[in-house]
Amino acid sequence: MASITGSVEIEVRRPRRSVVVGVVLVVWVAAYFVLRGIDTLVLGGQETTALHRWLNDHRDDVGQGNVFFDAIRIAVDHFVVLLQNLVSQPSFDRPVPAIGWLGVVAISAYCAWAFGNWKVAVLTAAGLGFVGVQGLWQESMDTLALTVAAVLLSLLVAIPLGIWAGLSDRAFKVATLVLDLMQTLPTFVYLAPLTLFFAIGPAAATIATLIYAAPPAVRLTAHAIRSVPPESVEAARSLGSTRGQTLTKVLLPMSRSTVVVGINQTIMAALSMVTVAALIDAPGLGQTVLKALQTLDVGVAFNAGLAIVVLAIVLDRVTTAAGDRPWRTANRRRRILLAAGGVGVLVAVWFSRTYVWAAEFPSQIGIGSQIAKVASDVTNWVQDVFGGFTYGVRDAVTNGLLNPLEALLTGSPWWLVTVVVVALAAVLGGWRGAVPAAVCLGLLVATGVWQDSMVTLASTLLATVVVVAVGLALGVWAGRNRRVDVWIRPVLDAGQTMPPFVYLVPFLALFGTSRFTAIAAAVVFAVPVTTKIVADGIKAVPVATVEAANSVGSSSWQVISKVQLPVARRAITLAVNQGLIYVLSMVVVGGLVGAGALGYDVAAGFAQSELYGKGLAAGLAIVLLGVMLDRITQAAARRTQNFPSRGDKQ
Amino acid sequence: MKKLRYAGVLTAVALALTGCGGEKVGADKPAAAGKDCGTFNLTVSPWVGYEANAAVVSYVATKDLGCKVVEKNLKEEIAWQGFSTGEVDVNLENWGHEDLKQKYITDDKVAVEAGSTGVKGVIGWYVPPWMAKQYPDITDWKSLNKYAGLFKTSESGGKGQLLDGDPSYVTNDEALVKNLSLNYKVVQSGSETALIQAFRDAEKNKKPLLAYFYEPQWFFNEVKLVKINLPAYKTGCDAVPAKVACDYPPYDLDKIVSKKFADSGSPAYDLVKNFKWTNEDQNAVARMIAVDKLTPDAAAEKWVKDNQSTVNTWLGK
Repeated sequence: MASITGSVEIEVRRPRRSVVVGVVLVVWVAAYFVLRGIDTLVLGGQETTALHRWLNDHRDDVGQGNVFFDAIRIAVDHFVVLLQNLVSQPSFDRPVPAIGWLGVVAISAYCAWAFGNWKVAVLTAAGLGFVGVQGLWQESMDTLALTVAAVLLSLLVAIPLGIWAGLSDRAFKVATLVLDLMQTLPTFVYLAPLTLFFAIGPAAATIATLIYAAPPAVRLTAHAIRSVPPESVEAARSLGSTRGQTLTKVLLPMSRSTVVVGINQTIMAALSMVTVAALIDAPGLGQTVLKALQTLDVGVAFNAGLAIVVLAIVLDRVTTAAGDRPWRTANRRRRILLAAGGVGVLVAVWFSRTYVWAAEFPSQIGIGSQIAKVASDVTNWVQDVFGGFTYGVRDAVTNGLLNPLEALLTGSPWWLVTVVVVALAAVLGGWRGAVPAAVCLGLLVATGVWQDSMVTLASTLLATVVVVAVGLALGVWAGRNRRVDVWIRPVLDAGQTMPPFVYLVPFLALFGTSRFTAIAAAVVFAVPVTTKIVADGIKAVPVATVEAANSVGSSSWQVISKVQLPVARRAITLAVNQGLIYVLSMVVVGGLVGAGALGYDVAAGFAQSELYGKGLAAGLAIVLLGVMLDRITQAAARRTQNFPSRGDKQ
Repeated sequence: MKKLRYAGVLTAVALALTGCGGEKVGADKPAAAGKDCGTFNLTVSPWVGYEANAAVVSYVATKDLGCKVVEKNLKEEIAWQGFSTGEVDVNLENWGHEDLKQKYITDDKVAVEAGSTGVKGVIGWYVPPWMAKQYPDITDWKSLNKYAGLFKTSESGGKGQLLDGDPSYVTNDEALVKNLSLNYKVVQSGSETALIQAFRDAEKNKKPLLAYFYEPQWFFNEVKLVKINLPAYKTGCDAVPAKVACDYPPYDLDKIVSKKFADSGSPAYDLVKNFKWTNEDQNAVARMIAVDKLTPDAAAEKWVKDNQSTVNTWLGK
């Protein structure tokens, strides 16, 4: 019965909604030609508003010498320095770290084996050996020390917060908003002030990384706890469990694997901050990348970027294996083996403390310079061969799509854009979409960077559409085919963790300094996460459902469009949302390759003290754009989810 | 199972055998060199010219004075902040930044000037050499409008494109374009990397490009960019930013040190104060770092060997 009324409503509503959207857009374009150039709120590159100057004056209000911040700084500094002393820096009056490379490899492989399985243990040893052979052992260990510190501290904060947000609806609402802010507010905005609170050094770098890396763990922990079936909780309660017992015996064990995915994403996010943190003297691979870029040495930058990717893949696979491992006590045989392995590790550590060959990675077998050379040769070849063609693509896309869209957004009066966007949000998502849209647009006007926001919005929309299209295609492909998935994963991991700075130089060579270059970089960065989520969603579609569709003779295309995509809709909504957030988090990087607008404002605010306030306002504008687009898409998705999809009907 | 265990034992034995032959950690411990110089924190700004200054000064400070130099890779703004938090003692190449001098030297009194580095900074508009050859009159700003059509791109909205650079640098370009009535649009490239890549591409593929750039810069070793002559700079002509219609002033790049370091009486302070060389010297070292791919320390060693007399004057010998 319900399904019948549902489909009736669909038949009535669907066309009406798209017609309304079409009418609104046509009216907008018509109004644009009449009203163009009025009230566009232009602000020149070096101009500021009263708000920006006020922010400038109050930048140092929460300054150094605050007991609370000092306590945090000292604790974090000591923690990071301890880790560095252990694995990367000469320490304890010795010319080498406390544990040499052999010891580090042995300990890491042992842990990977103990918590995961022997396959990831081999991968760990091979991965660490590889970065050593690249000639980047010490840099990698510095990066690893900082990342491990940031991730551990993130989890210390994020897991309890996630549990709280999982148990309380109110906490969940507040948390979502704060997490959006943490993930989309560009790091450049708080990097300089952070060095004021926490001084220049490991603490500031760790905390900057933590702010960006903690949100996924909170989100996924909360999500995991909320998706435990209520029946399980009820059952535990009725058996007389206290709240604490329900949490530790039912909720946490049942949400373990999702929490591990959160930890996973936190590690990825932390590693993607390595280069940015290097701007405030964070030690490690980020420094190598930045130094190489000063002389446009793509090869050396790539070599260091590759080391980051390798570390990411190792950490990812180990945590995934640890998450998949069934929770049981080891049997006798495994216990003996573990003990034997432990002794082996101790021997390796002793070697690495005693002999030079086991302490410092042997430098005679370096392949780093070969990797660098091949990388620059390949880049040069690609540039020479595709150079002309890529400029053509850029001009076609820019003139055909980007410029008209941007002209429409920047040329219309601000109130017209506001009315149109709120109307569209209302049609697509009801009041849940319209209210946040109105609030965000109002605040955008208040930031004083309206015009730049519209330029960025145009690029963001275009990039997101491309990301979603590519992500859906790749995700469906990988979700349906295990072999594709196995091959595509490392590439996706690379796209997510290879510092964008590394591929900016080749991109600049291929597309010149332009908004298109920024869009291309954002697509590379955002497609992996979208693809991963879509692939997981498609894989989660029950086999029986797909089999049933196949047995009635549906073609692959029918199975995808009528069964798999509709069933995986929830995952696809999340994928769109994350794709969008990742695109927005690349806005500043885009500003470094010619996208101008908000990204440039933020970068300029970081570099010039008199523009600090404007940079902060631009950073907030990016957050507002993110929150607005996110709320509209969520509301629209929620609305379509209320009705059974058309696929179910057939 | 058994096989595994044997394998383990065998590996351990093998490791022990190879290992015991190796050199022991700490066997060749160098004698710690520590005179009365102590430690100082040196900020290293993100460009190669600066790195050349830093490399030579820290080489001399370490080798001749026995100081410990802690190098910190920081953006300029953050380095200035470091004077007030005590984490930065020395900045070896400062480009103007009158507002920061006002804040940290005059108002907060946490930093002091330590004289010129002898290096002269030039900021301006540049074109790749092939354009200067093909259009000889392009170096005069008055003919820029004639060539505006050449510089059109997808970003410049029908006008000629003037590509601006790293936001760290001072720019009056928007005002200049307006006040000189040029038919150009300022497009922000956003980074030095983007600028250099654009020039490299322009020279190689004979593409037109007009962009903001500066000397000294290691890239001039690769491509000799040609400067456009804007209306000459006269003192005070850039007083009101919105009304600027003249070229950028010549910069005397100078050194800034923290007040604490200046008062410390360390011989390193005298070295920093006396450190002075020329654009050619800096270029030579920068070239070794950027083009010949020497480590900064090796480059500094090479230069110091060839220029011992200059170094001696810094050391007051």
